[in-house]
Amino acid sequence: MKIHIPTPLRPYAEKKDVVEVAGSTAGQGLAALTSRYPDLRRHLYTDDGKLRAFVNFYLNDEDIRYLQQENTPVKEGDNLSIVPSIAGGVTLQIAE
Amino acid sequence: MATATPKSEAQPVTLSNEEVLRYSRHLIMPEVGMEGQLKLKAAKVLCIGAGGLGSPLALYLAAAGVGTLGLVDFDVVDFTNLQRQILHSTSDVGRKKLDSAAETLAGINPQVAVRKFETKLTSANALELFRQFDIVADGTDNFPTRYLVNDACVLTGKPNVYGSIFRFEGQASVFAAKDGPCYRCLYPEPPPPGLVPSCAEGGVLGILPGLVGVIQATETIKLILGADREQSLIGRLLLVDAMSMKFRELKLRKNPACPVCGPNPTIHELIDYQEFCGVRAEEASSMTTQVPAIEVEELKRKLDAGEDVFVLDVREPHEYQICNLEGHLIPLGDLAKRVHELDSSREIVAHCRSGKRSAEAVEFLRAAGFRKVWNLTGGILAWADRIDPKMPKY
Repeated sequence: MKIHIPTPLRPYAEKKDVVEVAGSTAGQGLAALTSRYPDLRRHLYTDDGKLRAFVNFYLNDEDIRYLQQENTPVKEGDNLSIVPSIAGGVTLQIAE
Repeated sequence: MATATPKSEAQPVTLSNEEVLRYSRHLIMPEVGMEGQLKLKAAKVLCIGAGGLGSPLALYLAAAGVGTLGLVDFDVVDFTNLQRQILHSTSDVGRKKLDSAAETLAGINPQVAVRKFETKLTSANALELFRQFDIVADGTDNFPTRYLVNDACVLTGKPNVYGSIFRFEGQASVFAAKDGPCYRCLYPEPPPPGLVPSCAEGGVLGILPGLVGVIQATETIKLILGADREQSLIGRLLLVDAMSMKFRELKLRKNPACPVCGPNPTIHELIDYQEFCGVRAEEASSMTTQVPAIEVEELKRKLDAGEDVFVLDVREPHEYQICNLEGHLIPLGDLAKRVHELDSSREIVAHCRSGKRSAEAVEFLRAAGFRKVWNLTGGILAWADRIDPKMPKY
């Protein structure tokens, strides 16, 4: 499957926007991704190993929360997108 | 025909001959026509923020003939805004954004009534403010306000035309429309502070808020015109990547467990959004105040006296190119794997732009056994302010 990495997380994945990984479920794909890029892990998982609530995961155009979560089956050629919340808009109140 | 009257308006809205001419390219298309143009004129849209997203949004809404535009902002125009906030000109630097924006909008379309709200949007004023408008367009920059806007839209039944940007990537949708999902359905919880970089940290491509703000303006106008639900971004999240120029869309569903718009809501009034987003806690535990620090004057004295001070710059290479103290560059993200480049027997002063990243670096190095390491308070910005006024600030 192809995993799409959003801009804010690319620094933790050698600046890649798309990473091809093997796996037959969404969870396996993400596990493969974070074992290749360990710095990504804390951005996707909580300390007790759950997917973070403020990051969404889409298999093609469907939220895996409404499929079978991490057990959602994935076929070859599927696209898994990581969609984190971003807040940007006007100028920033907090510098750095 | 120069005038027309919609059926259900208490005060009949009409177009003058001048307006007919101004909006003629709308009037001759069947999707707008006289009926649509009168709807635009009767519409009241509230723009939260007159910055990057708010600029193209308000400009196009004014040009299109939206009758009443509310603007909420309490900021002042500065030079770093001009790269993308096209409501404001170079000569506006130092002015209130509201004044600058109102002037620009009046220049484009004097028929539009601009209502200025010079205030920070809060839980205390949001509901009353939103009730005076039909649609809210969210161009804010921080999570507490995002959740505040969303909840206030749900509670007042106003659609929330959403846009958000980071570097060259953007998101847009329409939340809180009747029976549509809200922002909380998509993101039930905010990220903890510090885990998601802000625009000031990450930067933003100047044209991106233009792209995303215009998408927001388009959706706002379609809501006013009464476009079919399937044509609207209701229930869809549009992802824009300006670098690869790819637009993708994801399906959004109404979360049956949503605490604000679900069938069994637990949120019935606005809450403390700073606390909800953990901002207060973050401020309280701010590391910048905890790590050993040194002022710029003291560093300058040490360097002038020829003392052995190792200046460690933990910014990114492209920031180093803008200005630097000739320090040794190791970006914060690389520090752990490049720590061997540092000599723990020497005095080390770490700095970044304003002192936050270098505080993290100092904390990391202290934990790694470095004893003589200090954070430069206020970073290179303080150096530019107090030691070298010729140094560019960014």
